[in-house]
Amino acid sequence: MKYQSQKVAYAYFLVAMALFGIQVLGGLLLGWIYVSPNTLSEALPFNIVRMIHTNALIVWLLLGFFGAAYYLVPEESEREIFSVKLAYIQLAILVVGTLGAVGSYLVGIHGGREFLEQPLWVKFGILVAAVIFLANVSLTFLAGRKTAITNILMMGLWLLCLLWVFAFINPDNLSLDKMYWWMVVHLWVEATWELVMAAILGFLMLKLTGVDREVIEKWLYVIVATALFSGILGTGHHFYWIGTPGYWQWIGSVFSTFEVVPFFAMMSFAFVMVWKGRKNHPNKAALLWSLGSSTVAFFGAGVWGFLHTLHGVNFYTHGTQITAAHGHLAFYGAYVALNLAMFTYAMPVLRNRAPYNQVLNMASFWLMTGGMAFMTFTLTFAGTIQTHMQRIVGDYYMDVQDQLGLFYLMRFGSGVAVVLGALLFIYSMLVVRREVVQPGPVAVPGE
Amino acid sequence: MSEILTKSRARNVFYGGSIFFVVVFVALTAQSHRHIVDKATAGMPLTEEVRLGKHVWERNSCINCHTLHGEGAYFAPEVGNVMTRWGVLDDPELAYEMLDGWMQAQPSGIEGRRQMPHFEITEEEMRALAEFLRWADQTDTQNWPPNDAG
Repeated sequence: MKYQSQKVAYAYFLVAMALFGIQVLGGLLLGWIYVSPNTLSEALPFNIVRMIHTNALIVWLLLGFFGAAYYLVPEESEREIFSVKLAYIQLAILVVGTLGAVGSYLVGIHGGREFLEQPLWVKFGILVAAVIFLANVSLTFLAGRKTAITNILMMGLWLLCLLWVFAFINPDNLSLDKMYWWMVVHLWVEATWELVMAAILGFLMLKLTGVDREVIEKWLYVIVATALFSGILGTGHHFYWIGTPGYWQWIGSVFSTFEVVPFFAMMSFAFVMVWKGRKNHPNKAALLWSLGSSTVAFFGAGVWGFLHTLHGVNFYTHGTQITAAHGHLAFYGAYVALNLAMFTYAMPVLRNRAPYNQVLNMASFWLMTGGMAFMTFTLTFAGTIQTHMQRIVGDYYMDVQDQLGLFYLMRFGSGVAVVLGALLFIYSMLVVRREVVQPGPVAVPGE
Repeated sequence: MSEILTKSRARNVFYGGSIFFVVVFVALTAQSHRHIVDKATAGMPLTEEVRLGKHVWERNSCINCHTLHGEGAYFAPEVGNVMTRWGVLDDPELAYEMLDGWMQAQPSGIEGRRQMPHFEITEEEMRALAEFLRWADQTDTQNWPPNDAG
């Protein structure tokens, strides 16, 4: 750790991992309710658990991004964070807000726009925390060295915080509500978060592979250009059936097809950098997560996204288990795995344990990634059958669902693997203090 | 590629292109806003009752089980066309009675069947919810969903 203030990231990562645990346990319960629908049906209904599952995911990913920013901005800017105190105040606000939101959900107090169900005071808390965060990192950034990595990271973070304003805009007209809702939801995960992802991935590649900064930064600009050029008008793939004009069917189909490009580019970038780089960094687990993240993001966001993005296909698949399959793998690959890559890279440094190989952590990667892949396959099969029976044949929803039990059972099994992987990851981060497997003799020593 | 595409050129293409696409997107969004208000949702007035119904819909977090115009959770049936499915789209009184009857019967408690919770909803709110669902059903959704099954 070059700068003392980077230590702030540690607190962010701890809270993020705690919420990650809550998120996957909530997911496991939801998976079980699909299998055995009477479970807790009155005490803790499906809709409440789902709010906790999705909200915990979003908040922990954001906490991971904030922590990553506090870790990498000092190193890139070559100076301490403007105010460590502000960073902790920001975290405290977010923790109070998160606990407040979960508590409210449990007693039935919530909004009703998907993912934005937080009570108004929590939304304001998030806004205040975002302003504190932007001020803190911007002042650090402006005073220090500016790199492409921090340029892109700052742009992504500023835009995603600004878009939060749409969380407060809820028109009475349902179709308008939906259109503006996507300004947060789509323009976060399919535009601004991609900027944050590319910047963090670029930082990790820089540290792990030792490739020249010039090369990495040029790649980054090309990647984020393709992300925004496709992602902004790609919003159109959500405007097919909500009361918006018909021209979005063509704009959405064409531009969202190009949304595959930045994910392919990020995957190629990661692999090319590793091939080019001559550095033999000891943290192989961080490298595995970085390569894994960009690869699974390409399949989850890119391939599974394209699977149902053309309007002629989406007419039949919209709002089926196909969407659930895509959502799960895309979030896991692009944002969960990326955050875990950053944790894996930074935690040994933050806890003074580097250099560190982390075999148990690597095992958790395969357990979680295998589980998520299997979950995606079962939901895709379920969605395919659902699409045919419900949308082509015209059978009623519940009659169709009754035919999908086997897939939901298998999905629950894959969820168990994911939860075990997540718990193993947290354990390997917090408890394990030395190498579990001793490395053998090295024939050609690295740098 | 490295000769023609320098880092600063790549950066300028990124900034310039992004601004261009933002401008196009904002213009199309403004046009879509007008389209929604003037055409797509003009089939039925957006009355106070419909507004209240939307509030009831949100307060009970219906979206985290059902889908509405295909968006939401995928645990319970699509309700964007539920009034068509029930054949009560043009009859406010019947729409209310169907909805009220259905919701009063929940949770069914049948073993192995997905359970809809019991919600505390007054008669005024239930009527409003029915109007909201009728209003949503009249939206021009480009003929989605493909059939009444939703």
